[in-house]
Amino acid sequence: MGAIDVAGKSIEVDEDGYLLNLGDWSKDAAEVLAKGEGIPLTEAHWEVVNFLRDYYDEYKIAPMIRILTKEIGKKLGKEKGNTKYLYELYPGGPAKQACKIAGLPKPTGCV
Amino acid sequence: MVEENIPDEQSEEDKTKFLFIMKKSPHGSTYPQEGLEVILIMAAYDQTINVLFTDDGVFCLKKGQDTKGIKVKDFSATFKVLEQYGIEHMYVDRQSLEDRGLKESDLLTGVELVDSEEMREFIREQDVILPF
Amino acid sequence: MLFTVNKSPFITGNLKSCLRYVAKCCPILLYEDGVYGAVAGSTVEPMVKEAMKNVTIYALKEDVNARGLNNLIEGIKLVDYDGFVDLVAEHNVCPWI
Repeated sequence: MGAIDVAGKSIEVDEDGYLLNLGDWSKDAAEVLAKGEGIPLTEAHWEVVNFLRDYYDEYKIAPMIRILTKEIGKKLGKEKGNTKYLYELYPGGPAKQACKIAGLPKPTGCV
Repeated sequence: MVEENIPDEQSEEDKTKFLFIMKKSPHGSTYPQEGLEVILIMAAYDQTINVLFTDDGVFCLKKGQDTKGIKVKDFSATFKVLEQYGIEHMYVDRQSLEDRGLKESDLLTGVELVDSEEMREFIREQDVILPF
Repeated sequence: MLFTVNKSPFITGNLKSCLRYVAKCCPILLYEDGVYGAVAGSTVEPMVKEAMKNVTIYALKEDVNARGLNNLIEGIKLVDYDGFVDLVAEHNVCPWI
């Protein structure tokens, strides 16, 4: 358990740094979470974050990596739907890091 | 985290056949939600997975569940990902549905109505049955 | 006396036996999976309708909505949590669990 500071407001996170309450997410929170991961958020990073938020909104889970690449390929173009592209954006693991920045729980299907 | 060890393609005959049988109502216990999580985890191993919804399990697929009032997550939305995850079929027992006053149009899309006679042989052919 | 039923009528015989025991003037409240007994067109509808000639049957709205049940037997009265509390305050309760 811990907390992060977003624009002067304290937001609760779990022991791995994921937001405890989805509703606490904001673009500012994403910037803070990204900083914690050492990732500067570019347009390409936001594209993945937004994709994940839409996905969660529809299915109530975060996808595992294999599904993430497949679905990103379908939605954002084939050149983005592969692990190489996503690992370049999120070297610590796209599912893990991007989900955290998107304010989602840890991806289901992680073993 | 299954980030990189994606197994090599296996031929269809080498794959283990799993059948999940969902028999319980969605909000009466945590069984269906836990079953769904196991299905999603198993999907990472690229085996043959089918799901049969029967008895009160058919209620898991009812459209329009709004769980805000009972303060639990609406996991029925997650059944919609099963196709993406490579689950072969989501079978629904026709008799269970009719007994409960429901029609196919009451359910989330992507399911197939079957009769128990059709399922009898199918169940016998499975390698592993996982009831939830 | 208010009778309460919280199990699915398709899995247990609770609703059926409750209807045998309930006196004509006593209301019944369906909650949790008990609300499945209020769905129109099911195999338990005839039994519920027969009982409704003599007793009032309530279903807890939050549980009905959570299960996405939009087609209920006509005459079933929906109550929310506050209504549930009122019913319990007004009656002695016989939980048919």
